[in-house]
Amino acid sequence: MNKKSKVVRYNKWGYIFLLPFIVIYLVFQMVPLVTTIYNSFFENYRSGLSQIGPNFIGLENYVTIFTNGDLPTYFSNTMIMWIMGFVPQIILSLLLGAWFTDPSLRLKCQGFFKTVIYLPNLIMASAFAMLFFTLFSDSGPINSMLMQIGVFSEAYKFMSNVWSVRSLVATMNCLMWFGNTTILLMAGMMGIDPSLFEAAQVDGATATQIFYKITLPLLKPILIYVMITSLIGGLQMFDVPQILTNGTGDPMRSSMTLIMYLNKHLFSKNFGMAGALSVYLFVITGILSLIVYKFTTKEDK
Amino acid sequence: MKRRMVSLLAMATMTATMFAGCGNSSDNSGSAEQAAPATAEEIDAEAAAVELPEDTGKVLNIHCWNDEFQTRLKDHYPGYEEVDATHGKIGDVEVVWTMTPSTDNAYQNNLDDALLKQADVSDDEKVDLFLVEADYALKYVDEDVTIPLSELGITSDQLADQYTYTQSIVTDSTGRLKGSSWQACSAGLIYNREAAKEVLGTDDPDEVQALVSDWDKYNETAQKIADAGYTMCSAMDTYRTYSNNVSGPWVQDGKLVIDPNIEKWIDDSKTLVDAKVEDTDDLWSDDWGKGKNPEGKVFCYFGPAWFFNFCLNADDSASIASKGGWGYCVGPQSYFWGGTWICAATGTDNANLVKDIILTMTTDQKVLKDIAMKDQDCVNSKTVLAELAGSEDGNIALLGGQNPYKQLAEGAEKIDLSNLSKYDQGCTEELEKAMKNYFLGNATKDEAIAAFKKAVSEKYPDISVD
Amino acid sequence: MAANTNNMAGQAEKGASIHARRVIAYLVLAIISFICLFWFYVLFINATRSNSELSLGFTPVPSKFLGQNWTNLKNGELPIFTGMLNSLIIAILTATFATYFSTMTAYAIHAYDFKLKKFMFTFILAVMMIPTQVTALGFIKLIQNIGLDNSAIPLIVPAIASPAVFFYMKQYMDSTLPLSLIEAARIDGSGEFRTFNSIVVPLMKPAIAVQAIFSFVGSWNNYFTPALVLHDAEKKTLPILIAQLRNADYLKFDMGQVYMMIAFSIFPVIVVYLLLSRYIVGGVTLGGVKG
Repeated sequence: MNKKSKVVRYNKWGYIFLLPFIVIYLVFQMVPLVTTIYNSFFENYRSGLSQIGPNFIGLENYVTIFTNGDLPTYFSNTMIMWIMGFVPQIILSLLLGAWFTDPSLRLKCQGFFKTVIYLPNLIMASAFAMLFFTLFSDSGPINSMLMQIGVFSEAYKFMSNVWSVRSLVATMNCLMWFGNTTILLMAGMMGIDPSLFEAAQVDGATATQIFYKITLPLLKPILIYVMITSLIGGLQMFDVPQILTNGTGDPMRSSMTLIMYLNKHLFSKNFGMAGALSVYLFVITGILSLIVYKFTTKEDK
Repeated sequence: MKRRMVSLLAMATMTATMFAGCGNSSDNSGSAEQAAPATAEEIDAEAAAVELPEDTGKVLNIHCWNDEFQTRLKDHYPGYEEVDATHGKIGDVEVVWTMTPSTDNAYQNNLDDALLKQADVSDDEKVDLFLVEADYALKYVDEDVTIPLSELGITSDQLADQYTYTQSIVTDSTGRLKGSSWQACSAGLIYNREAAKEVLGTDDPDEVQALVSDWDKYNETAQKIADAGYTMCSAMDTYRTYSNNVSGPWVQDGKLVIDPNIEKWIDDSKTLVDAKVEDTDDLWSDDWGKGKNPEGKVFCYFGPAWFFNFCLNADDSASIASKGGWGYCVGPQSYFWGGTWICAATGTDNANLVKDIILTMTTDQKVLKDIAMKDQDCVNSKTVLAELAGSEDGNIALLGGQNPYKQLAEGAEKIDLSNLSKYDQGCTEELEKAMKNYFLGNATKDEAIAAFKKAVSEKYPDISVD
Repeated sequence: MAANTNNMAGQAEKGASIHARRVIAYLVLAIISFICLFWFYVLFINATRSNSELSLGFTPVPSKFLGQNWTNLKNGELPIFTGMLNSLIIAILTATFATYFSTMTAYAIHAYDFKLKKFMFTFILAVMMIPTQVTALGFIKLIQNIGLDNSAIPLIVPAIASPAVFFYMKQYMDSTLPLSLIEAARIDGSGEFRTFNSIVVPLMKPAIAVQAIFSFVGSWNNYFTPALVLHDAEKKTLPILIAQLRNADYLKFDMGQVYMMIAFSIFPVIVVYLLLSRYIVGGVTLGGVKG
């Protein structure tokens, strides 16, 4: 009896410790979310110095966005660039993680390599994009190098080809995040019970077999974590393509992401459209989360 | 004097109410202050009667998009002392510069926010003076956020020496002048003398002019230039020459209209880009700037007088400009580009200082001549330009000693700005971005135009684009 | 872990295949390191060259304009020093808030049993997926209404509620924080808050280090929200200033300065990182520090 009441007394601390999170979440996330949704039903923008609206227009903003057909394009741009960056990133990270944690390889200078691969993550996306933009401009260093060694006879216009722009964005994302992913995966790999490896080696398993039969399955939770966080990051892709293409998403908006599109409306203070767009994004994220959730729980069974 | 102060106050309040009342569009701001159109004499009579209240402000807030005006003020306004990159001092008054780059309407958005808050902030935070460009001057001129020069006590006599076009840009619908500029930015074709001698056999401005005097001749000459291994220029360079000679504004009755001359720019440029005569580098970009050095192999740029000083890197010993290697001629069509107008913001608590800055910087002939001599600005004074055209003072080193003032002055007289709209900057930016896709073969013309219209409607939801 | 490594190595077959794999591993690592470092090298070289040299094309040798570019940048109109200070303050506070309060939130779920526990846990996981940008519109309106527009506070305080950091902390607690320890502290008469601060937080150090770095880097690199919130030049953070370099303006095409600016914004962080890299890489590689 005494013990129980004590536990209850302690457990109210659960609420107390949760309080900061809840308060801040409600104020800075929930309230804005509600305002955003509320705004999506209004015509509300600024034209020059005069304010138009807010006038209630029901679902008109939603209809406009839905009918102009841009959303699927920007969604697929975002996903394409995310996948182009994520696939090499996860492969590279798994490989490096496996090597770094493989005791039989006994790699030297691990500290150096680990330091180096995490380095690109420290560059601001905006600075990195700016750097790539200048390096890959028509008269930039990359072009002049390629011309010096005779790959091209005239400057290659990296910024005006759909796939070269997308590849640059993907490359930057991959470079910036593979070090981070490697380190997360390594943490996971090192957490695997070493006796499993020993047993496998005694049974004569090769390094490849060990990787596929032991490391990979046991790494699944952390892989899912990496995948989900990367997907969230991918959906939010903004800085890199925004600065690389100066906000245009050119050529012909083939590298315009969802958030860049949202930013356009926010920037021109068209709150109605920005609101409706946000709600669409919210729904898209929700559906994707659900898919990932279903996918992972199904695999577990 | 008391009455005047009351009137200024009333104006501020009215402005505040106007902004507070949501849903006011620009055309129903009809308050008592927005008087019926007045004749020049009436306005002058008003101006002569004005007595400004004494300045009470300790801080002079200036909004601008780069440090051009700051440099002018530092060099030519008596008593201006620089403190650091964004602060200065005039006597006891602290000058605070707010610089926001103009791309993507960022400058305007920021200025809009500041002006809309004008009535709510403390006196020291109020905008006192701001700069505008022709592309969107009307947006501010047609609203109560700017004070008519007549209400500052500036009469038309004091401005008589300015070029008319510089005034029509900043005159509101009631005929009141709301701003003033020290520049008259008639523009032309700035060519590489070395290349002209090599390909055309002459670098004499008149002879080169004869070879580019209309678009047909220009295209023919450009082809010759390209055959010799040069790039003529960027298609973006020629844009303003076309867009200045349109038959109507971008937006008519709330609808976006693509003028035949804009279409001509699109078609001509596409042909030239396909023939590798012109390239498509964005203005101000790294690639575009390569022609400033001989190795860039660019034949010409299109630009006004400020271009000489700001864009040709004369300080750099490797540049063409440092060797006086440029020439200036009028080019296929006369046009203007840029220019900065000074506007007084409603609600300023430094009216006398603002008035004095406007008068000194845009009408004082001695100052204007200094500006022309030091910065190669084509100044907004008929007298000074005539003087320069007839004297050695007008010879410009980076143009190989050529005196371009006669051409510049003639150009300034010819400029017609009846087709300006407040949407020009956004439309220009989006058109250039969209057409680049067409020029480079990433889109058909129709697709590019559709992309342009979409971008305009995103930027200006109130314009109908179909 | 170290003991384990030796152990395994002792047992490993030292065949030719291992040798070959090692060569491949070194080769790949060398290439990757080159790709990672190449950008820094180009950046450094270009920051030492003048605008006209840059327009002549790339050379692998540094030039002599480093000082000149630096002076130009320093005396230019971009407030780079305040920008760096702003970035630092915001990033440090964000990292502190995010880690401390997320640990607290995770502790609440981990150590206590209460009615809404399961609901809260699911709720936080669910909201983890919502991109911050989705609520950006409401966020701007909110901070304008409460007078925090153009202030660093709305960039820092919301870090208190960071679902992703919470998730990581919770995972870490599950594996390293036995409830018996807390029980013991209670028996010793330690108050709940004190237990959290003096026992739980120190135990969580490795996880806090990891997330502090992630949050710091995330905030340091953030461009979207600061660009919407901060308007005054003196309040802007480095990413905004860098983005301004991309803007068209006829006073800003000295590429030497552009490279210098990028270098300026990167190098301090790199220096700190290299000085602390042993701890950071170690800290990030949780397994290595756990014991």
